[in-house]
Amino acid sequence: MNYNLNYLFLGLFLIGAITVPLLPIVLAYFIAPKKPSPTKLAPYECGMEAKGDAWVQFRIQYYVYAILFVVFDVEALFLFPWAIVFKELGIEGLIAMGIFLGVLAVGLIYAWTEGALEWE
Amino acid sequence: MGVILPPWVMTLTRAMVPMVIILVLAPVGMMYLTWLERKVIARMQDRYGPNRVGPYGLFQPLADGIKMLTKEDLVPSGADRLCHFLAPMIIVIPSLYLFTVLPVGPGLVAAPLTTGLLFFVAVGSAQTLAIFMAGWGSRNKFSLLGAIRTAAQLIAYEVPFVLSLAVVPMIAGSLNLIEIIEAQKGGHWFFFTPWGFTGFFLVLTAGLAEVNRTPFDLPEAESEIVAGFHTEFSGMKFALFYMAEFLSTLAIAALVAVLFLGGWDGHPWIPAWIWMAGKTFLLVFTMIWIRATFPRFRIDQLMGLAWKVLLPMTLANLLGAALWYLWYGWAGSLFSAAISLITFLVTTQLWLRPKPSLTTKWIESTELT
Repeated sequence: MNYNLNYLFLGLFLIGAITVPLLPIVLAYFIAPKKPSPTKLAPYECGMEAKGDAWVQFRIQYYVYAILFVVFDVEALFLFPWAIVFKELGIEGLIAMGIFLGVLAVGLIYAWTEGALEWE
Repeated sequence: MGVILPPWVMTLTRAMVPMVIILVLAPVGMMYLTWLERKVIARMQDRYGPNRVGPYGLFQPLADGIKMLTKEDLVPSGADRLCHFLAPMIIVIPSLYLFTVLPVGPGLVAAPLTTGLLFFVAVGSAQTLAIFMAGWGSRNKFSLLGAIRTAAQLIAYEVPFVLSLAVVPMIAGSLNLIEIIEAQKGGHWFFFTPWGFTGFFLVLTAGLAEVNRTPFDLPEAESEIVAGFHTEFSGMKFALFYMAEFLSTLAIAALVAVLFLGGWDGHPWIPAWIWMAGKTFLLVFTMIWIRATFPRFRIDQLMGLAWKVLLPMTLANLLGAALWYLWYGWAGSLFSAAISLITFLVTTQLWLRPKPSLTTKWIESTELT
């Protein structure tokens, strides 16, 4: 099959993939009973009356993880092209990638010793 | 056949066949996966499991489907209706896309992309977005907490998952899943190499966390946050979240079978697709078995496992695979195995080290009040 046709196929697949979840939702819309009441539509809080709003500002503790995630995900971006040509590059390629990974590993160890990896 | 069809119609029909097969088989496969999981877990817990609807409860998934269809669809008042409606759809679509690049047999793949592995990872990680939409759109505290936990967990496990996959293209020299299987032809499965053995367990562990299955199912920890991000979803929308979860489980199992267990490679007496299906089934069974056996992680243990154990191990495994290739033979194998083993022992010791700082903080705060 022609290479570009694969992407055409993936584009067409989207139409099919949308119908799979949409069909039961539409079907359920016609079949399912609709008897809403204010109590039924209240947000669920284990039977207690809901206190306050869920959309409030609160401290998210994992932003440090998010920063680390960006670092290592970008690293993966560099790693995959390198991995494909690793056999041709041989030992020089390994040393070059070793230095790159080494710098990141030092960063990870630093984050670890600073306590950034502790979830409290 | 007197009618000559224009070429674009031919192309379209050729594209329709794998599409229809995937879109029909995936939901059916998911339904029977729920049956299998319930049955296996029941047996492991000394119960019968579903056995009322049809022989061996085989029509149970159908009955469940009908039940889900006739349930009232509730949208909490004040919810973001668009987010609430789109989230279950956006989570199912990527999980269907995962199957387009998975090869079932020689030539039996819907889209043989040269970047198949990367496509799989990219599409799979799109589910995080849907989970956060579900949590945010529900306007429920449990949902939002569940969604935040899930986002933290998924991005934490995304890193070791992607990096532990990278050893395979290093040795196979391609991201195309078909070429990866060809590289393992004749029983030279990557599972039997020291780096492949480590990689297999790393990918399986990180994969379990990526699909929120049991030792890592904190996003849905019912004893803490009700049902997590899908607390406010009922009826068919709830079923769609389940469908996405089971489809991803199936896809991850198939990916591990392709990458480390040689995909369809096996004895030629048995057809290729049976080999592939058998290996996938074995991995799915292992995942169910893990669910029946292990207790759930605590959140700090969970995050610690990703960053302190899996991440150093994947980096060490990359080095191990490189040494294995460059000093091919017993020396390379020994290096590779030793690196993995030492990293595993050191990192698990550091991960499980008790934290005295937390306890002292607690005592201080109680004395103040």
